[in-house]
Amino acid sequence: MIDKTKNILIVGVGGQGVILASELLSEAAMKAGFDVKKSEVHGMAQRGGVVSSHVRFARKVYSPLIPEGDSDVVLAFEAAEGLRWANNVNEDGLVVVNTQEIIPPIAFTKGYDYPEKPIEQARKQVKRLIAIDAIGIAQRLGNVKGVNTVLLGAIAGELPISDEIWEAVIRRRVPRGTEEMNIAAFKEGAKAAVML
Amino acid sequence: MSKIKKLPEIKEPTRMLMSGNEGIALGAREAGVYFASAYPGTPSTEIMETFARLPGIIAQWAPNEKVAFETGIGAALAGARTMVCMKHVGVNVAMDPLMTFAYTGTIAGFVLISADDPEMHSSQNEQDNRYLARFAKIPMLEPSDSQEAHDFFKLAIQISEEFETPVMLRITTRISHAKGIVDLVPWPVPQVSGFKKDPDRFVMVPQFAKIRHHEVELRTERLKLYSEETAINHAEPGKGKVGIVTGSISYHHVREVMPNAPVFKIGMSNPLPIEAIRTFAGTVDELFVVEELDPFYEEQILAAGIKCEGKKYFPCEGELNPNIVAEGLRIAGVLDWQAPKLHPGEVDVIPRPPVLCSGCPHRTVFTALKKMKADVFGDIGCYTLGALKPLNALHTCICMGASIGMASGVQKVEGSKRPVVGIIGDSTFLHSGITGLLGAVYNKAPVTIIILDNRATAMTGGQQHPATGHTLQGEETTAVNLVELCKVLGVKNVCEIDAYDYEETLKVIKETTSSGETSVVITNRPCMLYPVKKKPEPLEVKLDICNGCGACIRIGCPSIRLIDETTDKGLQKVAIDPDTCTGCELCAHVCPLDECILPVK
Repeated sequence: MIDKTKNILIVGVGGQGVILASELLSEAAMKAGFDVKKSEVHGMAQRGGVVSSHVRFARKVYSPLIPEGDSDVVLAFEAAEGLRWANNVNEDGLVVVNTQEIIPPIAFTKGYDYPEKPIEQARKQVKRLIAIDAIGIAQRLGNVKGVNTVLLGAIAGELPISDEIWEAVIRRRVPRGTEEMNIAAFKEGAKAAVML
Repeated sequence: MSKIKKLPEIKEPTRMLMSGNEGIALGAREAGVYFASAYPGTPSTEIMETFARLPGIIAQWAPNEKVAFETGIGAALAGARTMVCMKHVGVNVAMDPLMTFAYTGTIAGFVLISADDPEMHSSQNEQDNRYLARFAKIPMLEPSDSQEAHDFFKLAIQISEEFETPVMLRITTRISHAKGIVDLVPWPVPQVSGFKKDPDRFVMVPQFAKIRHHEVELRTERLKLYSEETAINHAEPGKGKVGIVTGSISYHHVREVMPNAPVFKIGMSNPLPIEAIRTFAGTVDELFVVEELDPFYEEQILAAGIKCEGKKYFPCEGELNPNIVAEGLRIAGVLDWQAPKLHPGEVDVIPRPPVLCSGCPHRTVFTALKKMKADVFGDIGCYTLGALKPLNALHTCICMGASIGMASGVQKVEGSKRPVVGIIGDSTFLHSGITGLLGAVYNKAPVTIIILDNRATAMTGGQQHPATGHTLQGEETTAVNLVELCKVLGVKNVCEIDAYDYEETLKVIKETTSSGETSVVITNRPCMLYPVKKKPEPLEVKLDICNGCGACIRIGCPSIRLIDETTDKGLQKVAIDPDTCTGCELCAHVCPLDECILPVK
């Protein structure tokens, strides 16, 4: 069992499914025998705000908040959010960014612009970054709601959690009838991350 | 919404990942709590939402925290173990019964949950409610994670019954919403012993209250001894000569950065275990106090003549986190620490302030008020977002119900030079607006009060309230009629409007604000998210007609965006996202062109 706490920061925009993804990850880590803490703030989140969820696991976890700059994985559900949070990854950590762009209404008022090529900007700041078109992959599998599991699949290679545990957790937590699609999405995400 | 889904009974010891709020709900069930009452408020809401789904108990939403508390007193005096839950500012509303219930004390266990919000994630202030437990002279427990939230609740019930006092369980947003592993056990069958008359104790007229106040002082002395002895206040030995006194979430941040330091962990923080802390202080050379918000521990420790430092190094604003704690200890010269190397080029990315949802019926009203250049006195709810860009159509927000009183006060001293409007949601109106409106009518304030009736307590997740016709546990009930209610209060001019009809909305508000009498305008479109989603009939922009005027962009709808295609004059045209558009048609109403924004074919 690892002693150093594994820190995974999952970020995105309200309504994208960041919280569900962090739930699945936390449950998988618990099933794998770790102490787990997970933290995010509810409330304003669903109204288009920034959502960030901290998931930490180890033999024993204290703070539910990841120390700044010490995430082993930053998983961004949205491109500009990838740019916002990329520098929270640690020296050897991995940033995974979904290529989807969600432009906030404020971008159409004076003085605010959505960043140019956010993923390329983020790439310059970190050692390891993978960009994934999770919507495209999910659509090819026939259900755009598989974005969540595609992205979890993409970070799975970084984590000490077996495929059997992932599969069991996905089966338990996703809506009935979408189990096979979600498991396929998870595998496709994992495959895409390796290929890049 | 009808019957809510019940949770399965816990029949054998079980281990689950749960939030502090869920931990409290399950802890309450294990403690034999039979009755719970609350008003929704972030970060406390999920306690009741979880508890209400457990079999064998009564859980109800009250119109406000004062009523929740008073109903809870009744249940506890009838011998049922009781929980009342509220956010920190909700306790302000419940202070009146709290201060005197502290005198009478309770029969069955009574626990008040105060869910504070350091950092103001979803609140108007970050008051530190630990002072309120001390003010009311009641014991207070401060759990640090989900397991403790669960365990401390059960202990709180024990303390409440042993000392016959209400107990405050004080949590914060991080405790409420962070998840951790919790061990659960099977539940008892809740008991109700029945109310027994005891006027010397429960009729707080001066001659009896004086006797009870003396009892409170005696109780406090006994509680001090308890706090010195209880296992939830304890020293954790460690290496080095620097000791730290801490509690609540700060304990975990301290352990994160100084895993081996001697720590005194506070679990019961009123009364503080001062002598145990004095003993701990004697084992170290330097003593630091790490606590979120105000110096609640630090001031009492200093007042007891124990040397320590705290707020000199740790802020009293916002939440703490491992980095802030480490940095404070570094400046204090006791931790060799360096901020983890952030990668160069700290990025400044576009902010995402929360916005009213696509199809939100509030947007129409704010668009009209902006057009009228009205002075708008706001309240607590989603509609507070009307203050932000690009609507900028709400100009104050203080507390639940303040809109009506403030609008009346402004109008009284200023006269009606500009339209003066108070704007309040349905749940907030029932919580604290009714008396304000009564005052406006009584004092003849010619203000217009707009009740944004979306049939839900929307901001906190769409909870039921006395005008929705359903209870927390899913039963049908009487729904108060807001129009009749306002009329009975003496408002002669009560208008109902369709919040998706911009022209009508503008016209009616113009009329009422110039009518010279107290008027009420009630909108009648339900929240887009609760209780049932409206079937969307999305709109689209005819690009051959769009002239790039930007009128639709200025309503701040998240489904409308500027696109690269421009008009002959170089103005950007707009597009509507068909996946998120709800077809409310406000954009079509404000569009100066005919046939530009139409339903998708």
